[in-house]
Amino acid sequence: MDNTLIRHISALAAALFFAPLLPGIINKVKAFFAGRKGPRLIQLYFDLAKLLKKEVIVSRSSGGIIRIAPSVILAFTITAAALLPMGGAASPAGFAGDALLFFYLLGTCRIFSVLAAMDTASSFEGMGSAREVFFSALAEVAVFTVLAFLALSANSLKLAQMLCSQGVDSWMNFTPVLMTALAMFLVLLAENCRVPFDDPETHLELTMIHEAMILDYSGTDLAAILYASSLKLWIFAAFITSLLIPPGVFAVWQETALFFAGIIAIAVLTGIVESSMARFRFLKVPSLLIAAAIMPVLALLFVIFFLNGGVQ
Amino acid sequence: MNKNYLLLKNASAVPFGSIPLLPESEFDAVCLKSVREEKCRIAAFFAVPRAEENFLIAIFIDPAAKALRVLRCAVREKFTSLTAHYAGFNRFERDIWESSGLEPVGHPNLKPLRFPAGNIGEMDFFTMNGGAVHEVAVGPVHAGVIEPGHFRFECMGETVYSLEISLGYQHRGVEKMLTGGPDKKMAHLIESAAGDSSIAAALNRCRMIEGAAGTEIPEKVVILRRIALELERCANHIGDLGALAGDVAFLPTASFCGRIRGEYLNMTAELCGNRFGRNFIVPGSLRYPVSAEKVAKLQTWLEKVSAELWNALELMFNSPTVLDRLENTGTVTPETAGKLGLVGVAARASGLNVDSRTDLGETYIAPACGKYTGDVLSRAKVRYEELKHSHDYLRMALLQIRDGVEIPAEVPEILPPEVLTVSVTEAWRGELCHAAVTGSDGKIALYKIIDPSMHNWEGLAMALRNEEIAHFPICNKSFNLSYCGHDL
Repeated sequence: MDNTLIRHISALAAALFFAPLLPGIINKVKAFFAGRKGPRLIQLYFDLAKLLKKEVIVSRSSGGIIRIAPSVILAFTITAAALLPMGGAASPAGFAGDALLFFYLLGTCRIFSVLAAMDTASSFEGMGSAREVFFSALAEVAVFTVLAFLALSANSLKLAQMLCSQGVDSWMNFTPVLMTALAMFLVLLAENCRVPFDDPETHLELTMIHEAMILDYSGTDLAAILYASSLKLWIFAAFITSLLIPPGVFAVWQETALFFAGIIAIAVLTGIVESSMARFRFLKVPSLLIAAAIMPVLALLFVIFFLNGGVQ
Repeated sequence: MNKNYLLLKNASAVPFGSIPLLPESEFDAVCLKSVREEKCRIAAFFAVPRAEENFLIAIFIDPAAKALRVLRCAVREKFTSLTAHYAGFNRFERDIWESSGLEPVGHPNLKPLRFPAGNIGEMDFFTMNGGAVHEVAVGPVHAGVIEPGHFRFECMGETVYSLEISLGYQHRGVEKMLTGGPDKKMAHLIESAAGDSSIAAALNRCRMIEGAAGTEIPEKVVILRRIALELERCANHIGDLGALAGDVAFLPTASFCGRIRGEYLNMTAELCGNRFGRNFIVPGSLRYPVSAEKVAKLQTWLEKVSAELWNALELMFNSPTVLDRLENTGTVTPETAGKLGLVGVAARASGLNVDSRTDLGETYIAPACGKYTGDVLSRAKVRYEELKHSHDYLRMALLQIRDGVEIPAEVPEILPPEVLTVSVTEAWRGELCHAAVTGSDGKIALYKIIDPSMHNWEGLAMALRNEEIAHFPICNKSFNLSYCGHDL
């Protein structure tokens, strides 16, 4: 069997298994900064195990979308994960243009979570949906400028090539990649409802974005949603890490180790961000997302002017 | 001397019959003139039902005279509402309507206040029409561990056009249970009417009894009582600032303050065995003496904890992301605050120089006021200033009692017959007023508790006008009003 295939499948299995660790790591970092002990690293596993034993209660005013949404979200998130190169190994399912499918799979998840939230006819979830759609529309701009940068510099629309072929031989070379990674990190914070965009810890329905949309889930449905969120966090962290690891510099085992270390580092960084700043007011969120969208454009200009010898 | 009203020293009693009895039109004129022109504030406004006629009693805090202004009028079944002329009367008139059945004629917004007759929450809420209007109902069951209350928002998108607050879910009939006293259960009922202001409430109760009996309290006991009151203020202000940080997801201050608040509660427990100071203050005395060693222990404790406190608060007030959330959010202009008759922290944050300690002639220098604009940040900063001020006092007071405090004998819990007695204490939220009217047998015929929240709930509703609905939690936290103190 192909070596890359085995590597990718084992990395994907690791992702599916270890994804619930990431929220645990973030919470541990936050607890450290707050001078607390904090919940266990593996708390989410316990929560999931508990939820799997509980029954699902569906709002009487629901038309049924809320019943199918968790399965769709879970399935699409796992499919998106399967498309992503993991630990330096390209996905066997990858094809030219898989980058578009990847982001639209995640986009479809959002459509379903928004529809399901509206389905419950709760005023909180309506507000949450409105905010989610507004902010993710702006985050999508950033996603597409990131894609544009990667596609142009790799001359491909295949995730494996876009992420794992960013040749880096000097700091000059690395700078635009770093800028793009930073933009992607802001998208990660926005898409995974982290501070400063959203507050995953809040119990205040009126301020919630993503949390408001999942208020009505219970039991196994909630477990599916929570698991899918942690996997989504892993996917975005893996995206950034793959982007930053230069290809062909390290041995295979080093590359794999770096990949996992990178994902953990991103979780730690997220925890540090959450511990050191307050959440933004909604009016400020668009500015930050637009900044994220502009960064890859600047990276492109950087490439054109400094690396390709300027406009001829 | 003005014959329209009687000037009463804070925490003293006056024979009921000697309160000037005005015809209703004159009563209304004096009330309106007091609040609108003479810078008085409503301390209490209630009805005393008697066999053949009902009396309306108005008590104002008169900062110029450093005393309480008391007047009354006799009414039958109706009285003229003053709310349209001064919004501060709104909740008081609704209370009178609900508790005594007297109808305020011309009240623009006559709705139940506490639903004593049942059907709680069934109210004709203010609504808006139109396709873009979005109505959000929050509570009475909330997501956090807080008290029940219902909030009805009328929004256009994220913007709140109107917020209507409907309370009453905590109505237990405290005032009714207090009639027939003073008795054994009185202390407990009063201290638990609003558990976060136990010490201020106990102080009011004891000062009423002492004032009526003319008991002299030794200076050191007075100081120790004030220490307990300041510890209560500190604990609550610290808790509020921490909660505010938590609501904007600023983790460090939120967790530090949560712990530090506990230290101040424990200091109170060190004094009297109860973290909320229950049962510490008794008429004429205190329940427990304090030894010199205990004072020394408190001094070192306070030094250690206050250093950590300033550290935690500076972290918050120096963080640009926190300031951005708090600044210009939930603004109550000085004009609005004045029209609503806000009191305490909320009023001072709106730049009003309102403090019952200075206004009733206590030797107290209020923290500088006037530079505040009435936003959430102002309310946070007023708390910060008050914390500084309380710490200065605590340090000085602990020095004054460093040899320990002996306690005098308690005085019997009795009130003279046929009197009105009033006591106002500046609790941590604002002025807490207790008023009692006794019958011919010296038993309490009517007991009124006016929590500062009674004045300030309307301020919260106004703070939300044209504000993002997502800012409701921090606006609410910045007021942190009492539900049970209001509902009684």
